[in-house]
Amino acid sequence: MSRISDPEYMQPTEEQDRFWILFASPTIWAIHLLACYITAAIWCAKFGETESAFTTVRIAFAVYTVVALAAIGWLGWIGYQQQRRVTDKTPHDDDTPLDRHRFLGFATLLLSGLSAIATIYVALVAVFIGSCD
Amino acid sequence: MNRVHSVLRRWSTRWLFPIVALMLGGCAGPQSALDPAGQGAEDIARIFWIMVIGATIIWITVIGLAIYALRLKPGPHHRRRSGVWIIGGGVIAPTVILTGLVIYSLAFLPQLLARPPEGSLQIKVEGLQWWWRVTYLENGEPDFELANEIHLPVGEPVEFLLSSPDVIHSFWIPALGGKVDMIPGRETRLTLMPTRTGTFRGVCAEYCGASHALMNFTVVVEEPEDYQQWLAEQRSPARQPAEELTILGRELFVSSGCGACHSVRGTDANGRIAPDLTHVGSRHKLGADVLPNDRASFERWIRHTDDVKPDVLMPEYHSLDAAELTALAAYLESLD
Repeated sequence: MSRISDPEYMQPTEEQDRFWILFASPTIWAIHLLACYITAAIWCAKFGETESAFTTVRIAFAVYTVVALAAIGWLGWIGYQQQRRVTDKTPHDDDTPLDRHRFLGFATLLLSGLSAIATIYVALVAVFIGSCD
Repeated sequence: MNRVHSVLRRWSTRWLFPIVALMLGGCAGPQSALDPAGQGAEDIARIFWIMVIGATIIWITVIGLAIYALRLKPGPHHRRRSGVWIIGGGVIAPTVILTGLVIYSLAFLPQLLARPPEGSLQIKVEGLQWWWRVTYLENGEPDFELANEIHLPVGEPVEFLLSSPDVIHSFWIPALGGKVDMIPGRETRLTLMPTRTGTFRGVCAEYCGASHALMNFTVVVEEPEDYQQWLAEQRSPARQPAEELTILGRELFVSSGCGACHSVRGTDANGRIAPDLTHVGSRHKLGADVLPNDRASFERWIRHTDDVKPDVLMPEYHSLDAAELTALAAYLESLD
């Protein structure tokens, strides 16, 4: 059965929608910021005197950033697929379950883009700051 | 048309010119980050101007496009071309510009935070409600102490060791560089490099209580030989009073219990709660840059302390009569 002849694909029910997906990417951005901040604060307080202390912090930042960007990218991809359901034409502001479904996907995609940029900005600090001082 | 002109002229005279003049007043003077006299402040001012120029270009472009779309070419626009403008101008351009600005300003951070070379001048500054305890260090050990005034040699880096025993303050000399918080229980650091001589104003940049706005200090950047002479004067003990009036003032200083809180090196007064007064007469201002340094100000400070600086810890001395007050003020003024 093709997707066009699948009534569930063409007319999604609202119960299928996952609202949490909308704010998942900004939440990952917030967690990434907190993780970076707390790691730098604790590590520098305990081992700030040693030369290699900030190298460890930088490695931690890099790992957090890769994980966060992968998760945000995955959520963005889900949003992109969702906003392309049935048609990729914009706008999708009709008062129908399908358009609400597609709008949710589009908003998820945009918020994922914003969160990815913000996450990179947080990580950029570790590129320029080279010590716990 | 004439009416429009007259309204515009009246509006400009009444509002525009005074507001612009007021704003331009912040571009110079002893407390302006836009009139830098230090390496850090020069970097910060450069970042500021680049941001102002960039923001102006973006603002003119956006307003220009709005005028074009609403006035010059009203009506429906080409859908695809409009989409390019929305994505290009609303998503891609801000991302590229902001990324550029973030990288540009972050690149300045390492030099703003860099420690000075070994052996550089070190000054310990404590922020207290509402004054500054300044201790010059020699090989890491206290050399001498003063309050609310800092002298620096031009062209030499100086490292400030900043702390606070009460609440959070923030140490900021806008003309010389950035600001750093003074946090109870921690020691923070700030390196500054004055590039020209002059007298500047430092401020507390973190709200710290009723008299936060009255917690300022004077910064004098001078030639190395003048700085060395000032150092020698500050290291010396207080001048002994020679006149009848100042001798009486010193006796009153002792009998009134001033030495329980204040120090005057070379005398028995060795209190640590309040500012060191050894050379208070030589300072530019009194009460943390609040009053001019003259006899009348000393009298006002001693008699009406809480009026000058609300909620200050020092009590007002109403027990002294007018003649005693003058003598005490004369003694303090003579401590140059």
